[in-house]
Amino acid sequence: MKQEYIITVYSENHIGMLSRITLVFTRRKINIDSLTVSESAIEGIFKFTIVIKSTPDLIVKVVGQIEKQIDVLKAFYHTNDEMIYQEIALYKVATEALYENDTIEKIVRNAGARILEITREYTVIEKTGHKTETQELFFELNKFKVMQFIRSGRVALTRDPIERLSEFLKERDAVLEQID
Amino acid sequence: MTTKKVTGSQAVILSLLEEEVDTIFGYPGGAIMPIYDALYDHNDHVKHILTRHEQGAIHAAEGYARVTGKPGVCFATSGPGATNLITGIADAMLDSVPLVCIIGQVASPLLGTDAFQESDVVGISMPVTKWNYQITTPEEIPETIAKAFYIANSGRPGPVLIDITKDAQFGEFDFEYKKCTKIRSYLPEQPINKFKIKEAADIIDNAERPLLLFGQGVIIGRAEEELKAFVEKTGIPAAWTLLGLSALPTDHPLNVGMLGMHGNYGPNQLTNHADVIISVGMRFDDRVTGKVSSYATEAKIIHLEIDPAEIHKIIRADVPILGNSKKSLKLLTDQVKENRHDEWLARFRESDKTEQEKIIQKELFPEKPGLTMGEVVRIAGDKTNHEAVLVTDVGQHQMVASRYFKFRHPRSNVTSGGLGTMGFGLPAAMGAQIGAPDRKVIAFIGDGGFQMTIQELGTIAQNKLPVKIVVLNNNFLGMVRQWQQLFFEKRYSFTELQNPDFIAIAKGFGIDAHKVEVRDDLESSIQTMIDHPGPYMLEVVIEKEDNVFPMVPSGASVSDIMLEL
Ligand SMILES: Cc1ncc(C[n+]2csc(CCOP(=O)(O)OP(=O)(O)O)c2C)c(N)n1
Repeated sequence: MKQEYIITVYSENHIGMLSRITLVFTRRKINIDSLTVSESAIEGIFKFTIVIKSTPDLIVKVVGQIEKQIDVLKAFYHTNDEMIYQEIALYKVATEALYENDTIEKIVRNAGARILEITREYTVIEKTGHKTETQELFFELNKFKVMQFIRSGRVALTRDPIERLSEFLKERDAVLEQID
Repeated sequence: MTTKKVTGSQAVILSLLEEEVDTIFGYPGGAIMPIYDALYDHNDHVKHILTRHEQGAIHAAEGYARVTGKPGVCFATSGPGATNLITGIADAMLDSVPLVCIIGQVASPLLGTDAFQESDVVGISMPVTKWNYQITTPEEIPETIAKAFYIANSGRPGPVLIDITKDAQFGEFDFEYKKCTKIRSYLPEQPINKFKIKEAADIIDNAERPLLLFGQGVIIGRAEEELKAFVEKTGIPAAWTLLGLSALPTDHPLNVGMLGMHGNYGPNQLTNHADVIISVGMRFDDRVTGKVSSYATEAKIIHLEIDPAEIHKIIRADVPILGNSKKSLKLLTDQVKENRHDEWLARFRESDKTEQEKIIQKELFPEKPGLTMGEVVRIAGDKTNHEAVLVTDVGQHQMVASRYFKFRHPRSNVTSGGLGTMGFGLPAAMGAQIGAPDRKVIAFIGDGGFQMTIQELGTIAQNKLPVKIVVLNNNFLGMVRQWQQLFFEKRYSFTELQNPDFIAIAKGFGIDAHKVEVRDDLESSIQTMIDHPGPYMLEVVIEKEDNVFPMVPSGASVSDIMLEL
């Protein structure tokens, strides 16, 4: 059975890394549902957060093939319930719609969203949450016509108390010392 | 360390010398001319082999790497030069061959502009390289080349490509070279888990019908002696994959032959009777496993492997042992009890008898008038005392040669296994001969594959490489014809060839050649070829519609191996 997995890849900051990583998915015709890349807490090391649907069997192989890339330090995979994750969504609605009645304001308040910017023509609303939540807000707001909408890729943290990568780097250093 | 001011091009050559490169296979062109110019001053230190096509250069580099265990080095120019290398790079990727390819690229300000002979080589080669990198400043050259050699030949080896822009080749800088010995993000081999060794040893000690499968990992890891010690201590029958050929002498009492689609009857069919399978440095390719769901059905699997991504990739391992096979085999040998499996071994010998009667006898000692590939291979093997390096192209002749050529020494088999690249044989033989100048190198090539890289006869002649080329001519793309006969109702769709006069062609290139059409002429002609001091081509006209057996039809289980039609 396929389910959603979050893959976290730590890599050196080298040109072409994104291609090398996505090639592993392309080869197996796996669709990437969401992708976020940014520098990690450790300077010079980049973190990729990739969401795909996979079977438990396949995810191991895919992550193994990602980790095999020379400039990849480490790759982890988790199911959704093993991680705390969020996506951010921005919605642009006509400011006029806001003045006509207070429904939009209520929707925004109830959804735990906030208003980011108001101009004469439009208002930008921001909501952080899971895709189902940002999607639901879209549905609600779209009753008043959403002029523009964008959702980010996922960002995710493990429930571990420590940054796993620093542990990993320590271990790796020790192993590399051992090897002649 | 002292530094000196050099150009990027000079730095390339100096770096290669630091890596003790003695041979470069290549083909020049605009974007790599500065590097060729720098090479001109180092003629005494490093040999450059000018091939007739970049595909020739890359396969030659593979042949060189396979017999020496050192990375093969290749030069090519940008654009078409680089794209011509791709087949060979893909081949090396699948067969874990260490290569360092150095490519010229248009000057960095022109990158991305569709400049003359610009192609995105880093992009094109990404899926088929272990690592690749584009250099745009001379300062990056020594460090990148050092890294390239380290990556290419450590852990599971593979091809590495470096793309160097022309301005980086011209620029000057202070050269300083330091070999690369570690990379933070790359662990070439895992430390061996002693608990897993213990667990495996227990399973092996209690096995009744254990079978060992070994592949090229044994050769790459230079673990031939360790393998022998292990099988001799445990008495476990051992079967090789196509790329494992020559890691154990053919006539070793525990060598039970070849796995795979056209492998031997015993090891294929008995795979499904084994209760324990120990696989060493092999990756359960689909040509070995046949239908995976009915493969090794009764066995616990112990998998010794250097590449973590291979574990559980095809076959679930009950005990994976990650690490270098030389070390893990040694540890395992220390742990296991001395043992014998005579009855079990006898079952392999029993199967051998069946195979001998049904297939081998008539292939090696045919009574019909038409010549067989098998008899040619048998005589050539005997006449070289089983000490030659075997090079094969791809097709029926490859399977026949792999089945019947015998080996006494490791690193004696060069073939394209994973990619199955026709056209590999001739250039690979020339690279193998350069890598092993004191050994006899015999290439068996089909009439189809021969014509894919036939121009390399020119390289062989120019460099006086004494390779012995046996063209097994059945006037067909034999292997495809065999499938058409077996699985497509004999509909021979575009597999028959009208061939040129191969003898005239060889002679035109300045290579001695002879054509054999009857059995009476065969033995003495092979002798003449072997005694000939220089390169030699022997064309042998083979029965047109012979088939290679046994055969595990694709998609069938190894236990459904067919002995005949
Ligand atoms: C580059 C390439 N193209 C196509 C094939 C598919 N193929 C596999 S074997 C074969 C026939 C080879 O014929 P030949 O070289 O005459 O050797 P034979 O099988 O007759 O010994 C072909 C076409 C291949 N392996 N490689």
